[in-house]
Amino acid sequence: MAEIIVVTSGKGGVGKTTTSASVACGLARRGKKVAVIDFDIGLRNLDLIMGCERRVVYDFVNVIQGDCTLKQALIKDKRIDSLFVLAASQTRDKEALSMEGVRKVFDELIADGFEYIICDSPAGIEKGAHLAMYYADRAIVVVNPEVSSVRDSDRILGLLSSKTQKAEKGDGKVQEHLLLTRYSPRRVATGEMMSVGDVKEILGLDVIGVIPESPDVLSASNAGTPVILNEQSDVSKAYEDSVARLLGDTLPLRFLDEPKKGFLARMFGG
Amino acid sequence: MGLLAFFRRAQPTANVAKERLRIIVAQERTTRGGPDYLPTLRRELLEVIRKYINVDPDAVQMNLEKEDGHEVLEFTVALPEKSKA
Ligand SMILES: Nc1ncnc2c1ncn2[C@@H]1O[C@H](COP(=O)(O)OP(=O)(O)OP(=O)(O)O)[C@@H](O)[C@H]1O
Ligand SMILES: [Mg+2]
Repeated sequence: MAEIIVVTSGKGGVGKTTTSASVACGLARRGKKVAVIDFDIGLRNLDLIMGCERRVVYDFVNVIQGDCTLKQALIKDKRIDSLFVLAASQTRDKEALSMEGVRKVFDELIADGFEYIICDSPAGIEKGAHLAMYYADRAIVVVNPEVSSVRDSDRILGLLSSKTQKAEKGDGKVQEHLLLTRYSPRRVATGEMMSVGDVKEILGLDVIGVIPESPDVLSASNAGTPVILNEQSDVSKAYEDSVARLLGDTLPLRFLDEPKKGFLARMFGG
Repeated sequence: MGLLAFFRRAQPTANVAKERLRIIVAQERTTRGGPDYLPTLRRELLEVIRKYINVDPDAVQMNLEKEDGHEVLEFTVALPEKSKA
C-alpha cells in the first residue's frame, strides 16, 4: 500500500523543503521506494536541497502536459537507490498543475511500486498548497515555535479536514502529525520561546518530531546533501527519530534540553 | 551566551505568545467551515451593540456548534464591569 504524505505549513520559510528532503531520504534508507515531489511551481528548490539541480531535464509540469514520460522526469538519487526526485517547473503559470494531472502522476508512481510519495508543499493556502495536500493520506505540518507559524498551521489543519479528497468524499481522515523545527532548547529554558508542550497544547496534535535549530542545516543545503545524511548532527538524529515514528515506532523526544555547559562557557562562550 | 548577553537577556515572552495563540486559535476554530458571512455578521452585530454599550471588539464571541443534524450559532456579549451607555 502506497502512502501519500504532504509536508505543509501555511507560513513560508519554516522548513518544509528541508523536512521533505530528509524524511524522503530517511524512508528510502530504510529500503522503501520513495518519490519526493516539489509542488512549489515557479520556485523550484527541492532539487538544490537534494543536490540534483544539474540533472533536472524534465519537470512535474512536463509530465502532466505530456512533454515526456514520468520515467524520464524522475531523477534517481545518486546516494540512495530507492529514492527519486520530481522537480517543480520554473514556469510562472501556476495553472499548469491540474487535479487530474496530479492524480495521474500519483497513480503511475503507485503502479510502478513506489511506497511513499512525499509532497513538498509551497507556502500559502492557494492552489499549489491545495493540490499538494488534496490526495494526501497523511500530513506533516511543519511549525516553528513562533506565533504566526502556529496560527498558520492551525489554518492548514482546517483545510486538511475540509479541502482534501478524504474530507470531501467522507473517506476517513488525513492523518495529521506536527513537526516542530528550529527549536532552541536554550531559549525555551529562558522562557523566550514556546515549548513543545505549549505548541502541542494549542494545536492539539501529536508531535512526530522536534528538530533543533542548527547551523548544520545551512551547511547541508550549501552542499546539496539532505541534513539527515550528516550523521554527526543532532538534526540528523532528530529527523531519523521522526521517520521511525512515521513508520510506527514509539520513541521519546530527544534534544529538548540545552546541552549542559560549564560556568566559564556560560559566561564567555558562544 | 556571552557576558553582555548575560546581562541583556531577552524578555521571557513565551507565555504571552501562548496565551494570545490560545485565544485567537480558539476563536478562529469556532467559525471555521461555517458560512462566509460570519465575519461580516460579527462585525455588523458589534456595530449595533456599540450603539448602546461601549464594549471592546473582543467582547463579542461567536461560536458555531455542529450537533447531529443541526447547527447552533451562539453569540456571547461580555458586558463591561460598569456599563457606560
Ligand atoms: N533546524 C533548522 N535549523 C536552522 N535553520 C533551519 C532549520 N530548518 C530550516 N532552516 C532554514 O530555514 C530556511 C527555510 O527552510 P526551507 O527552505 O526548508 O523552508 P520552506 O518551508 O520549504 O520554505 P518555503 O516556504 O519558501 O518553501 C532555510 O534557510 C533553512 O536552511
Ligand atoms: Mg520550500
